[in-house]
Amino acid sequence: MNPRTLFEKVWDAHLVAAETPATPAVLYIDLHLLHEVTSPQAFDVLRERGLRLRRPDRTLATLDHSTPTLPRGADGQRPYATPAAQAQVEQLEANCREFGVTLHGWDSPHRGIVHVIGPELGATRPGMTIVCGDSHTSTHGAFGALAFGIGTTEVGHVLASQCLLQRKPKTLAIHVDGTLPPGVGAKDLILHIIGAIGVDGGTGHVIEYRGSTIEALSMEQRMTVCNMSIEAGARAGMIAPDDTTFAWLQGRPHAPQGSDWDAAVMRWRALRSDPGASYDRELHFDASQVQPTVTYGTHPGMALALGDKLPAPRNAQEQRAASYMRYHPGQSMLGTAVDVVFIGSCTNARLPDLREAARILRGRHVADGVRMLVVPGSETVRRDAEAEGLHQVFLAAGAEWRQPGCSMCIAMNGDLAQPGQLVVSTSNRNFEGRQGKGARTVLASPATAAACAVAGAIADPRTYLAAEASA
Amino acid sequence: MKPITTLRSRTAVLADENVDTDRIIPARFLTTTTRAGLGRHCFQDWRYLADGSDNPAFPLNQPAARGCAILVAGHNFGCGSSREHAPWALLDYGIQAVLSSEIADIFRNNALKNGLLAIVVSEPEYRWLLANPGVELHIDVRSQAISLPDGSQLRFELEPFARHCLLEGVDQLGFLLQQGDLIDAFVRERESQAAASPGRTSHESLSPTTGANA
Repeated sequence: MNPRTLFEKVWDAHLVAAETPATPAVLYIDLHLLHEVTSPQAFDVLRERGLRLRRPDRTLATLDHSTPTLPRGADGQRPYATPAAQAQVEQLEANCREFGVTLHGWDSPHRGIVHVIGPELGATRPGMTIVCGDSHTSTHGAFGALAFGIGTTEVGHVLASQCLLQRKPKTLAIHVDGTLPPGVGAKDLILHIIGAIGVDGGTGHVIEYRGSTIEALSMEQRMTVCNMSIEAGARAGMIAPDDTTFAWLQGRPHAPQGSDWDAAVMRWRALRSDPGASYDRELHFDASQVQPTVTYGTHPGMALALGDKLPAPRNAQEQRAASYMRYHPGQSMLGTAVDVVFIGSCTNARLPDLREAARILRGRHVADGVRMLVVPGSETVRRDAEAEGLHQVFLAAGAEWRQPGCSMCIAMNGDLAQPGQLVVSTSNRNFEGRQGKGARTVLASPATAAACAVAGAIADPRTYLAAEASA
Repeated sequence: MKPITTLRSRTAVLADENVDTDRIIPARFLTTTTRAGLGRHCFQDWRYLADGSDNPAFPLNQPAARGCAILVAGHNFGCGSSREHAPWALLDYGIQAVLSSEIADIFRNNALKNGLLAIVVSEPEYRWLLANPGVELHIDVRSQAISLPDGSQLRFELEPFARHCLLEGVDQLGFLLQQGDLIDAFVRERESQAAASPGRTSHESLSPTTGANA
């Protein structure tokens, strides 16, 4: 057999029917994740057409986007942003009851952001095909799964048939070698990559991240990298599973056990690109050159190292971004006044992300006039963080410690910034108005975000980490 | 779905590159549980001023752009979130075709499934369309050609199956459901492999405790 890439192995193993010139491939889906925002119209299609849900046992739902992150009020009511938000959550609860879908809802100890809980539960595993009506489904590719976001019509397709009609995407290998400098993490790396290849650099492709730097990343770091594949326009990002993957998954609720586990690991070890496998494109990055990286414009490709001078706008869109963000070409982002700091989202709200922020906040205080929200990615992350006292670090520093959810990443649950405010955010999108109408977003790592909260301005986390080292 | 064979309209131009789906329909309007009525919020924060009046700087508010069903959009239109609310909003707003030099993957898929023609044209043709707002175009889905007033034609390509579905007015779910026997055979084959190799069962289903009830 010809040498195949990781993507091709997973693709081939799920072909119900190969593509022809006239018809796309029929691709079998192992795991379908649902949340409240992109599923109601799909369930309506099932009802309208009298269809059943084909595989309830391969379907998993949670509540994350429209959910408040503040607890119930004195009246016992959850503080939904609007009656529509509450109705949407209740619609998913009703749909899951009607169609027999497992829902990690309000009463579940596992509720959380869909891309945080899939891996936590071990529902995400190597070699699977995973879809969700959410573009950050690419996160799950960190486990060697083929995982991508779909629209609501396709959510209906998967509910009814457990399959999708897909044209085979192209492949892009991104090789990263070398050691990331101290104080530089996975978020900096992926912002650096998107800054280099652009927000359409991966369009039409599935990215495979590989090389010594990627192999050295933890699973949480790999998820951060794969999560933002869509910000480069790619359908999916993948990383070959290895001992780091297997150690992370072992013992999780849906992971195989006993001899099944051993056999699964044996099989998963074959999930890597064969020597000599060819990609449609290949790119190389040197990790030692990556610095703490932030965005300065209104898409994730407008990113550069903290100390670098901002470029002059090259076109009308960049001119508009400069005006919206009020940035000054020729200066760096360092020292820009900050109003809000958000630590959260499917990109950076896992336990190591919170530890990274807490390391800088411990014994320090959020600057006067800065509002800081820390929103754990799931109930599991919240419990684990509280067990090691991280919430006390955040609260003592003057930050708000919230309940899990997407929160200010998508700002549809009432957690949002005011017009003109500058938000340093560990999330994934700095689009105009993403975090509130007129709000200005700077994407950053948890360490950089925490440093910015303390400084009240955009700051280099290495300053604080160096102080810690010399103390 | 209604068959779509041709579309004739003048063009409106929205030249900004990388217009993301948050710009097309901001997230605060996604709490709906239906597809209807999103048009009035299409491009909400760009289209209206703070007092709710029309923003004269928004290109589609120009008198010449009113009533145009064909949008010539900047490179990489529809990037970002997978929300299908974006094509729903555009269609409800009156846009029936988007032409660009590049259209983001998920948006393009979503658009075509809803009868919104998402068409990629060559770079020189894209430049010409940007420079000539208001030109009347005739889009022919069957021949994959766009006719200009002077009789010249631009060629484009749609994914053949999406094109077939547009022309016949069939939806893709119907086609998928017709593949039921193939899907059943695929599942049976996997289950027989699983029975022959330990560890595979738990890999194939969500939970090791869940039976493989295809």
